[in-house]
Amino acid sequence: MQPQPGCFFWFAGMVVLFLSTTFTYAIDTSDAIETLSNYQSSQNDLPQAVAAVAQLKQADASSLIPLLDGIAGAKPEAINWLAGAYGHIVRKTAKQDLLARKGDFLSYIQNTEKAPRARFLAFETLTAIDAQTAGQLKASFLTDPSDELRRMGVAVAIDEAAQAEGDSKKALLQKALTGASDKDQVDAIAKSLKTLDVEVDLHQHYGLITSWHVIGPFDNLEEKGFDVVYPPERSVDLNASHEGMHGTVSWAPLTTEDNYGTFDLAKLTEPHKGAIDYLFTEFTVSEGQPVEFRFGTPNAWKLWINGELVFAREEYHRSERFDQYRIPGTLKKGKNTILLKVCQNEQEQPWAQKWQVQFRITNPYGFAILPSDAPAGESN
Amino acid sequence: MSYQSFGIVFTMTLTLLTANVTHAADWLGFRGSDHTSVVDSSLTEDLSNIAWKVDLPGRGLSSPVVVGDQVLITASEGFRQDRLLIMSFDANKGSLNWSQEFFATGRTGCHEKTSVAAPSPVSDGKAIYVFYSSNDAICLELDGSLRWFRGLMVDYPNASNSLGMSSSLALIDNVLICQMENDAQSVTVGLETKTGKTVWELDRPRAANWTSPTVFKDPLRKKTVVLLQSSEGVSAIDPQSGDQLWSYSDGASTIPSSVISQQTVLIPSNGLTRIKPSFSDPEILWQQSNLRPGTASPVVDGDNVYVINRAGVISSADMKEGKRQWQFRTEGPYSATPLVSNGKMYLFNEKGLGQVVALGQDGGELISSFDLKQTILSTPAASNGAIYLRSDSTLWKISD
Repeated sequence: MQPQPGCFFWFAGMVVLFLSTTFTYAIDTSDAIETLSNYQSSQNDLPQAVAAVAQLKQADASSLIPLLDGIAGAKPEAINWLAGAYGHIVRKTAKQDLLARKGDFLSYIQNTEKAPRARFLAFETLTAIDAQTAGQLKASFLTDPSDELRRMGVAVAIDEAAQAEGDSKKALLQKALTGASDKDQVDAIAKSLKTLDVEVDLHQHYGLITSWHVIGPFDNLEEKGFDVVYPPERSVDLNASHEGMHGTVSWAPLTTEDNYGTFDLAKLTEPHKGAIDYLFTEFTVSEGQPVEFRFGTPNAWKLWINGELVFAREEYHRSERFDQYRIPGTLKKGKNTILLKVCQNEQEQPWAQKWQVQFRITNPYGFAILPSDAPAGESN
Repeated sequence: MSYQSFGIVFTMTLTLLTANVTHAADWLGFRGSDHTSVVDSSLTEDLSNIAWKVDLPGRGLSSPVVVGDQVLITASEGFRQDRLLIMSFDANKGSLNWSQEFFATGRTGCHEKTSVAAPSPVSDGKAIYVFYSSNDAICLELDGSLRWFRGLMVDYPNASNSLGMSSSLALIDNVLICQMENDAQSVTVGLETKTGKTVWELDRPRAANWTSPTVFKDPLRKKTVVLLQSSEGVSAIDPQSGDQLWSYSDGASTIPSSVISQQTVLIPSNGLTRIKPSFSDPEILWQQSNLRPGTASPVVDGDNVYVINRAGVISSADMKEGKRQWQFRTEGPYSATPLVSNGKMYLFNEKGLGQVVALGQDGGELISSFDLKQTILSTPAASNGAIYLRSDSTLWKISD
């Protein structure tokens, strides 16, 4: 039987197709990585990102570290484009080829100048190829900038403390506390230390703001007050009085002894419902810096920093929890003003009676920021 | 081979490579490919027939989807549940094919009973589309490679519910429907499946909503539409334009979802309401206040509709008038919508008890039960005679 030309071309085409979908090769991926790293918004960058991530499917393991480097300074969506490309290359790379790059991953993880999420991805890769080496690194993560890695370091320290007794246990727990920022770990450490007669100052550890000035109630019947600009939104004068919901209202100092810095506005303002309170404080820092405003409330709220509205949310009674909201922002050097509007509605269910707020400021890694003018040992 | 034959072969090959490669047995979304929970094939009556089970990382209550021999499932991991996982398991062996991780860009706080991986994925047989309570929408090819990523809270920063959201995805032709409905910023969007680009956005009633969109072939308009259910009712939306074509506005539940049968829609509204679309307002065929579903969505099998109330009682009613025929008490409570196959209902309660109930004309009968001893909140999937069920920590395949 004579071979037919068409048959040959079809076969050759299939071979090329097979090879192109099965094997990977070193290609110049720098432009594709840069495209993903610079992803800003779906409005402008989607088509280029789709093309870039498709191109990166053909890349080999030599692109892994450059992909991790692309995470530095990238926006959250961009990080995920890069993480997707990274994950695919890791999966299709033979374990021995990844092991050959173990030193690269190890160096990357240990370099705390690299982006936290890039280091975490590198750690996961190392765990997949050499779990023992990865496991040995965990203790070194105690105060790591990466919150995922730091949790591991704190967990190791807590485990070590659990095996110890007396002063040694106390010292290990206090060491664990230096890295703990997540509530479950902080609470576990504080509880253990309490059994050793050591009280943890949770206000200071979390950076909770425990002193405010409060004014209210203002009208929020039928939830109509959320968008009403009451006088404190125009300017704050702590000596001023304003017309409130049922007469003249004035600013008054408000403090809390609650371990988690919770202010019970319902108790303060009872019997009023369908009402609004404003909380105001000043917060001084020695350097301008990026921060997270972390707070929890079951009520609708607005937040102004230095007179600028940074976020507003009109949701009532869908739960409250520590660090429920994490609002990124900045503090300027010197005195900063914080104004919170906390709104209660008129729901009658027993679980809808809470009108409360808890507030703290952390750095982007979750560690407390304390005001620079606070007396030693006090948070606010 | 002639050049003409070559052309035919080449075209056929290309067609095979590019066609939607769904199989009849695929289970492509929440409550199945047609969102009805009805299984065409027989399922084992003995739920202790565990073909395999595998450990899952993190948490999740999304349903598995089955594409060919892949079982795909989502989870969320980490103290803040902000690491989003998509995993593919071999349907025959239970071995992990691949796993891909992303980082949540939106809020991940939710009630302890639910999790960030609550919405179920959907597939067109070529790709898998996943969604999380953080409003991260992701498309992966079936080999796990990324096609596109969207962090929808970048565009809609207040579209969240502090209790968590759970609306599963719907897919019509080349449009993926992501429902993000809540008290603060309520919106549903259509995304282009090829690129993730937003093709339309729709302001929705500002009220918490955990229902899932349903796909409906509108017989009058000869068009497949997506039904969005909310506290205000049900809206039929053109998936290409986002335009509302018609609506039912007598209120509806915000937990159990509507189900389609016999070119009509059964809505958890005023108990249960059956409507038929018309060229103006839809015609209400019947409303029955004594057919009030709890968390599980209603299921239609033939000429009967079944609802399960919060106490775990199954009510059977006839489709024609909605008249309740019988009730049968099972051991609840349920979050998962049951499967129905060959006149039998497969139920998994929140405590992990699986129950098989024969659905007779005069009543129900418990055929078998088996305790999986884990909290089950997820609606099961079924494919090729097997049930796929997940808890936070386990994925089971149950089959003879």
